[in-house]
Amino acid sequence: MNRLLFTLLLAAATLPAAIPAAPARHAHHAAPAQHTAPVAPAKSAPTAAPSVHISNFTFNPQALKIRAGQTVTWVNDDDIPHNVTAVDKSFKSKVLDTGERFSFTFPHAGTYAYFCGLHPHMTGKVVVTA
Amino acid sequence: MSDPDHPSTTRRDALKCMAWAGTGALWALNGGVASSTMLGAGTAAKPASFTFLQISDSHVGFAKPANPDARATLREAVAKIAGMPVKPDFIVHTGDITQLSRDSEFDDADQILRETGVQTFFVPGEHDMLDEGTGKAFLARYGKNAPGGSQGAGWFNFDHQGVHFIGLVNVADLKPGGMGRLGAEQIAWLTRDLAGRPASTPIIVLAHIPLWTVYAEWGWGTDDAAQALKLLARFGSVSILNGHIHQIAQKVEGRMVFHTARSTAFPQPAPGTAPSPGPQTVPAGQLHALLGITDVAFQRGAERIALTDSTLA
Repeated sequence: MNRLLFTLLLAAATLPAAIPAAPARHAHHAAPAQHTAPVAPAKSAPTAAPSVHISNFTFNPQALKIRAGQTVTWVNDDDIPHNVTAVDKSFKSKVLDTGERFSFTFPHAGTYAYFCGLHPHMTGKVVVTA
Repeated sequence: MSDPDHPSTTRRDALKCMAWAGTGALWALNGGVASSTMLGAGTAAKPASFTFLQISDSHVGFAKPANPDARATLREAVAKIAGMPVKPDFIVHTGDITQLSRDSEFDDADQILRETGVQTFFVPGEHDMLDEGTGKAFLARYGKNAPGGSQGAGWFNFDHQGVHFIGLVNVADLKPGGMGRLGAEQIAWLTRDLAGRPASTPIIVLAHIPLWTVYAEWGWGTDDAAQALKLLARFGSVSILNGHIHQIAQKVEGRMVFHTARSTAFPQPAPGTAPSPGPQTVPAGQLHALLGITDVAFQRGAERIALTDSTLA
């Protein structure tokens, strides 16, 4: 069995059946097989650092998929300050000036919608799978 | 009271003209209906009952390519005010006093504005709500400026020479996917404030984000403004002065006139002309022509309010 296929199968096995499209997207997002092929149980496997870049008053990517336990880092690339505010208030960054970062670890599966508290038309979400 | 026969096409043409001219333009409310003319046409010569000044979007602390020193340009604006032939009765600052709500930025803004020697009223911009207390620093500093103090997140009113001034806050507790927001508590306060007031009372409303939708894609509007405007619709003379978009935009709707002031810090692009509303960096030497202040004159006898935008160039 090649390593990518193994990753896909493993991912599929760990994902809820309710979101059938997720395994393929996960594999695509995690990209190179050598980075994602687990040598240990899946829980401790992901090592890539997920990040969201804020530029031109948008969160990129607008929807970020991660595994439970991963930490997301937002970086403000704009000349204007922004922040990261969870819609359910579960997390909120301080104001991020140009180049500043904010990190938050998502221990549980779920979809976490957030927005910029200064410019609320800026929205994004983090989709966390178990 | 009003003058429904006033030729609105003339008004619109002149407004359009002023939007292009950018500076030295004047528009007025006459008998509750907006009319306009250009400065130098003779109408500005008659002395006003009083004048006040609008200053906006100073962003003290901003030091990026679009303006390496926003303190310096605010100082230039203050020098311009100090040099005016008629000293304004007071100044209104329509928000984004600071860049990041830091104490040092508020301190510097206060120190610079104090040199005008004129009392200043403030409504906050979203950049003034970034302290740990989400606006507590602003309130601690400016919450008592208006007679009787301010309410809620900093809204207030006062009367001056028979004109009713209302300062609104539309940058607090913003909602995901939305634009500016007044909120139910503030609208209830406004309802009480306007109830029973004669329709002949001239009203001047101050708020940071425009109270009409200039450009929704960039969040340049206020979601629940319609509720406030409905309350104001019965008054014969309503002037709404905003900031936030760092450029002049004007609209006349019925007896309401909307106007946004220039920034003293940096320009922003016209709606839809750039990937984002971020600071616009212009060639050296052009910045000052895109920054400015707004002089407001109220003429009692003629029930006339006139605004003159001038640049720092």
